[in-house]
Amino acid sequence: MSIAIRHISKQFGAFQALDDVSIDIPSGELVALLGPSGCGKTTLLRIIAGLDFADRGQIVLDGDDASARHVRERRVGFVFQHYALFRHMTIADNVAFGLRVKPRRERPAEADIKRRVKRLLELVQLDWLADRYPSQLSGGQRQRIALARALAVEPKVLLLDEPFGALDAKVRKELRRWLRQLHDEIHVTSVFVTHDQEEALEVSDRVVVINRGKVEQIGTPESVYDHPATPFVANFLGSVNLFHGRVEDGHLHLGEHALVLGADGGSEGKAVAFVRPHEFDIVPGWGAGGGLPATIVRVVSVGPSAQIELSRLDGELIEVTIARDTFHSLGLSEGDQVSLRPRHIRVFQAEALAA
Amino acid sequence: MSTSIALHAGSLERDESASTREPAWVKGVLISVALSFFAVFLLLPLGTVFAEALRKGWGAYLAALVNRDAWDAIKLTLITAAIAVPLNLVFGVAAAWSIAKFEFPGKRLLITFIDLPFSVSPVISGLIFVLLFGAQGWFGPWLQEHDIQIIFAVPGIVLATIFVTFPFVARELIPLMEAQGSEEEEAAVVLGASGWQVFWYTTLPNIKWGLLYGVILCNARAMGEFGAVSVVSGHIRGQTNTMPLYVEILYNEYNYAAAFAVASLLALLAIVTLALKTLVERQTRRPLQEITEPSGE
Amino acid sequence: MASVKRFSPLPGFGLAMGYTLVYLTLIVLIPLTAVGTKTLAMGWDAFWAAVSSPRVVASYQLSFGASLLAAAINVVFGLIFAWVLVRYRFPGKGLIDSLVDLPFALPTAVAGIALATIYSENGPIGKVLEPWGIEIAYTPKGVLLALVFIGLPFVVRTVQPVLADLEKEVEEAAAGLGASRWQTFCRIILPHIAPALLTGFAMAFARAVGEYGSVIFIAGNVPMVSEITPLLIITKLEQYDYAGATAVASVMLVFSFVLLLIINGLQGWMQNRYVKES
Repeated sequence: MSIAIRHISKQFGAFQALDDVSIDIPSGELVALLGPSGCGKTTLLRIIAGLDFADRGQIVLDGDDASARHVRERRVGFVFQHYALFRHMTIADNVAFGLRVKPRRERPAEADIKRRVKRLLELVQLDWLADRYPSQLSGGQRQRIALARALAVEPKVLLLDEPFGALDAKVRKELRRWLRQLHDEIHVTSVFVTHDQEEALEVSDRVVVINRGKVEQIGTPESVYDHPATPFVANFLGSVNLFHGRVEDGHLHLGEHALVLGADGGSEGKAVAFVRPHEFDIVPGWGAGGGLPATIVRVVSVGPSAQIELSRLDGELIEVTIARDTFHSLGLSEGDQVSLRPRHIRVFQAEALAA
Repeated sequence: MSTSIALHAGSLERDESASTREPAWVKGVLISVALSFFAVFLLLPLGTVFAEALRKGWGAYLAALVNRDAWDAIKLTLITAAIAVPLNLVFGVAAAWSIAKFEFPGKRLLITFIDLPFSVSPVISGLIFVLLFGAQGWFGPWLQEHDIQIIFAVPGIVLATIFVTFPFVARELIPLMEAQGSEEEEAAVVLGASGWQVFWYTTLPNIKWGLLYGVILCNARAMGEFGAVSVVSGHIRGQTNTMPLYVEILYNEYNYAAAFAVASLLALLAIVTLALKTLVERQTRRPLQEITEPSGE
Repeated sequence: MASVKRFSPLPGFGLAMGYTLVYLTLIVLIPLTAVGTKTLAMGWDAFWAAVSSPRVVASYQLSFGASLLAAAINVVFGLIFAWVLVRYRFPGKGLIDSLVDLPFALPTAVAGIALATIYSENGPIGKVLEPWGIEIAYTPKGVLLALVFIGLPFVVRTVQPVLADLEKEVEEAAAGLGASRWQTFCRIILPHIAPALLTGFAMAFARAVGEYGSVIFIAGNVPMVSEITPLLIITKLEQYDYAGATAVASVMLVFSFVLLLIINGLQGWMQNRYVKES
């Protein structure tokens, strides 16, 4: 089922939680709503579910305006951040709940319910926990049960609020992959909320970056990472180095130094440039064929890459990541003078950053 | 305002380490003071009730309980509690549901209003119904015309009892339901549960011990209320005597053994109440810990 | 109702809120306003005459004085009870912990006749005190005694959880910095539990002022000497002096409401001060 979010606005007192948000989610996609905490992403998810209502705008499910429809009639599955499992029911009863509360004529026979619960528990690979209570499960297990419970009613849309937020790093990673595989298996349109850019980039088909109640950018993980539309997106996705300067005749001027810009160098004037740590080449020595002169302050060379902290002449710090082998072949160490050559610069007009 | 704090206070214990321990004599003195105070102020009155009740032997004891007047008092007490407790139970659930699960302006004020009966003297709790329904009261003339008796009759006793036990269940449930939040209920709604199903399958199982606790305290007060009921009863023997009022009459007639015999039933009620209360506290402490300490990976 | 509350997906707000307000209004608010209207109807002079006659003033003095003193005594013994229940292990502790609430659970009339019997000249304690010339029953001392009995749980149950909540590390830190046990108590523990003690004091005081059942049997009820205000209200009622009874009741009601506000304020203060960072 496709979801169309049209011009949704929502205010809590004086706080503008959502401001004219429009997103189109095609059927079968797995979409991440990504943004810092308090950006309005959870509110948007609750509005899609019908747990909250917008002040303005529409939620269109499969071509039908569902804005006024009650949660119960929207056929959505919702996985709560803290799972909201029913504490006093066994795992099997939790999963069966949505089937058992159906009106009598729609309700499957008890044997049928049992069969479906068993199949769902197998799907989330926890059928051996059927008779336990939620308090006896680990966080990761509870998360999967919450998912099985949401899927039991065969929702047209699956909504997940910070699905991995309460888990520790290792379990998070496992569950991330598992959710992706599960989605590939069942292909139900899914939207999940996260503040973790790594999670959004790894799991989703498309990422919606939200900031202060507004959509900053919508796109595939690659496109939002490689071609951020706004300074906020550039800054929020992955680490990045920031340069304040001026654009003039195809060059970015930083004090007395200048860097060559590509064809999409942007309009002239004051500008902010972003360069990701792994988008630099390092050349030993200052002034050797252009580039930004800097001094190596500190090197952390652990794992496959070397993280190098450098100081520009004006004292500002720059982070650079290069392959460890490359770093060693250069024969550099802390205190050495080098030139930095960005392979890729994204330039935004200075006003864009202030906005 | 009073009893809500008593819940979950139970026997909270701590280990002691050397640096935070008092000298042995201090500890000894404190425990002795507590034990003596306990013995003189709490145990002795309780023991006295039973000792005085049995002073003239079991025969007299039973005779004091098995007679028309005693039986009428017991019956009226039970009827009063049977009306007041369920009404306040339904009210408590409704009030806690609207206060704990929804946001609306004036919430604090509403809670203060619900607390009011606890801070009103029992005597005044009776007086207000005399002012409403008594011969000189607002509705007095109308009631007389229609030959309806409220004051100095059973309805007055029931009304006064409802008033003094009004906050018990609500006071217990409001903080409990606020602490539990609404996520489980929301999950049930998303899964398609109707209004009553949400309450019945998700809320009620989570509040059942708190509810029971409130009902136990409400019932104890309903059966034991004296001041308010005394004002509205008019003391018509056999007709409008609850057990506490009957105790007073027997006592004032210098029929001490009988007075204490009836009082011993009320003391038993108090002991059963405290025992149940202790049991419920043990039950509630466990699930509360489960909420606050989710098990790790 | 939709306009006053924020949207919630949960059902039943209209029904629950409607029922709550109707029931509250019928059972509590309308009856209580009867006191106000009746008082307003009697005019200032009659009101003042009713609430300031010597017998009434004497009853205020006894009710408020004995209640203050009883609440103060309860603070001392309540703290000791809370302390030993939280900090020490000793035989009979479970029993004490359960029975501390006895004054809540025991019907006041039963407590009243039991206390009167114990402290009368033939009672187990009255008998012992009589040769020393100490009379408790049927004197103002009896009033005080009954009020101490009914007030005790308020202080214990307010202080107990706060005391249990005090982290041991704080006391260990104080000891580590060289504080003696007494200094630690005065400078660390007492400030921590002071709001709770104060709240317990106010609750015990509020309850004591309105108390009737447990007092009248032991008080003697001599006008000007051992007659408490609630009893005076009943006496006036029995003489069909409804206006006088209502006037005195309104004085007590105003006082109770002020105390209720103070207690609510104290509890808010306690929560703000000790609410744990989550």
